Amino acid sequence: MILTNTEEVPGKQIREFYGVVSGSTVRAKHFGKDFLAGLKNIVGGELTGYTELLNEARKEAMSRMVEEARGLGANAVVNVRFATSSVAQGAAEIFAYGTAVRVD
Amino acid sequence: MLVLLVVGFTSGKIIEHLHYEDLAKRERRLRRVPALTTSRIPADWRVEDAMLLTGTVVISLDYWKRFAAGFRQFFGGNVRSYETLFERSRREAMLRLKEAAAAKGCDALVGVRLESAELANMGSNGKGTAGVELMAVGTALRTKR
Repeated sequence: MILTNTEEVPGKQIREFYGVVSGSTVRAKHFGKDFLAGLKNIVGGELTGYTELLNEARKEAMSRMVEEARGLGANAVVNVRFATSSVAQGAAEIFAYGTAVRVD
Repeated sequence: MLVLLVVGFTSGKIIEHLHYEDLAKRERRLRRVPALTTSRIPADWRVEDAMLLTGTVVISLDYWKRFAAGFRQFFGGNVRSYETLFERSRREAMLRLKEAAAAKGCDALVGVRLESAELANMGSNGKGTAGVELMAVGTALRTKR
């Protein structure tokens, strides 16, 4: 499965469109990681635990999107976009969507 | 409170300084991977592979900066401590994107976008954690030029 965030797949031709596919996941943060992040809030710097958490969540959302695209018979998703929204204090929804297409 | 301010000030300064040095070094190394915000590529590039990659970072303010910014918000003007925070994070996210591309054998990035999300908000009572996520996303290309 080819994923791009451009309108086309560079070097390939789009033959068919299957419409919008999307995938999302809601993640809550880990208590221990949040405690460490609280300490980091004093000294500053990267919140590694959060970076990892969001990367995992984004991967999960993307794989759900890819699954949907595969079900439609697509072999690529173009114009992929991400959106994040904070549902509640300590939980975030990660949403990925794009256009499923067939390229060759 | 005073202790927290002093600890935040010194450690924040040190971390920021080290981060800037590290950024400059890695940026020099990755200059050969150009990142374009457009999606059009030169006609003589033959694209062999394309893939979506991201580079992300979640960064937090130190105690001193948050205090200084609160002070600033009273008088107005540039909030320097937030400016450097965003600049560092954005450069870091872009570098991680480029490093991911280089690791996959790609030599160019197109359609690069920089997005930010405020994830964890600190309550007005000072409870909770505060941080911003910066994400660089783009389509990495393996080309023959």
